[in-house]
Amino acid sequence: MESFNATGKGTLHSYVINHRAAPGFEADAPYAIAVVMLDEGVKMMTSMVNVEQTPEALQLDMPVEVTFDPVSEAISLPKFQPVSGGVK
Amino acid sequence: MKPGSVAIVGAAETTELGVIPGLSQIQLHADAALNAMKDAGLSPKDIDGVATAGESPVAVAHYLGIKPTYVDGTSVGGCSFMLHVRHAAAAINEGLADTILVTHGESGRSRVGAGRFGGSPASLQGQFEAPYGASGPPSMFTIPVLRYMKEFGVTEEQLAMVAVVQREWAGLNPRASFRDPITVEDVLNSRMIAYPFHLLECCLVTDGGGALILTSADRAKDFPTKPVYIIGTGESAETPMISQMYDFTSSTAFRISGEKAFDEAGIKRSDVDHLMIYDAFAHLPLYGLEDLGFVKPGEAAQFIWDGNTRPGGKLPLNTNGGGLSFMHSGMYGMYALQESVKQMRGTAAAQVPNAKISVSHGVGGMFAAAGTIIMSNERP
Repeated sequence: MESFNATGKGTLHSYVINHRAAPGFEADAPYAIAVVMLDEGVKMMTSMVNVEQTPEALQLDMPVEVTFDPVSEAISLPKFQPVSGGVK
Repeated sequence: MKPGSVAIVGAAETTELGVIPGLSQIQLHADAALNAMKDAGLSPKDIDGVATAGESPVAVAHYLGIKPTYVDGTSVGGCSFMLHVRHAAAAINEGLADTILVTHGESGRSRVGAGRFGGSPASLQGQFEAPYGASGPPSMFTIPVLRYMKEFGVTEEQLAMVAVVQREWAGLNPRASFRDPITVEDVLNSRMIAYPFHLLECCLVTDGGGALILTSADRAKDFPTKPVYIIGTGESAETPMISQMYDFTSSTAFRISGEKAFDEAGIKRSDVDHLMIYDAFAHLPLYGLEDLGFVKPGEAAQFIWDGNTRPGGKLPLNTNGGGLSFMHSGMYGMYALQESVKQMRGTAAAQVPNAKISVSHGVGGMFAAAGTIIMSNERP
């Protein structure tokens, strides 16, 4: 085990588009639950934002970058969006 | 474990399967346990070991009036019962107990006296996955699959075919919940649950249970039913978080558990006559066929598409209809074991002719753990 500072860059590794909302997520459904592969080689679960939640818009291996969602004063959630330019 | 040193001498499901609002979870355990004891010609006083998951083994022992010298509460999800069988075999060989009862009961649909599902907010999953709207197996167990499909070029039609073939088996089983034939189009037209998974690619949610009784092979011949010998066992654990599965295209736990079981049994994959792979969702038989070594990585979807696992195929798979069509109470592993026992006794609804070796492979949690039991009706 080691700890390191991640750059916040990565690629979309896999996802589902969830049609059965978790409690509190009803307004968002259907929404993607994604796993990104960080450039440092670590996977993490996240949400994809600033992109349509469709198979067409969410292409595996597209470059993504972190954006922080301040959900409360105590918590900021790391979420990911397509790197400008999207899929090459 | 010495192959063939321990046998299953009692096996039964609950009297009813499906929707059973009149029985609580502990009553389902008891119903299955009493049916298995009847099958073996035993009563609770003859049992000296108890193993279960999803319910306290203390509660099961007390409810049945068993005073055990061996208790196993291993709880790693739906494959826990495979691990219970493995541990029971070791325990019997070690003299910890002579006659061990493994029970499962779950009021999955009616939720009578049922426990809560899911982890606490403080768990790793609660901290690092739940905040993204991941809630319950349909939206989580399925997450690795798009990666698998892209790596191996598997189509949505091929994934759908898994459900179609299992429905063919269910059609042969009067106790299966869903028996009407379905097509690939039916699957793809069913309601989207979590893309790319449709309703018919997700397991049922039902009530039911099952129980097994194990003892030494030397004693097994004294029982009324045909002994089913345990010839190979394996188990492993991988990750409490689906996002941290080592490789989205292969279950490390499946590989370790399977390899251990096959090494122990000393058999080849081609020796296997009958196979059960826990199918909470349609992708699990694909991972299972590959990670247990029956086909090479990426070949399972085509293997199923070509009819190898359907009735009359060369590797009959999930012959009760599986979690997709037979029943799925939440921890399905017990039903896979029950079907393997039936096939080895020659009493299955969709009996595979002359089957001598059966493999029963379970998953726990969402690729969290695995257990593999290889049985035979011939003592090695």
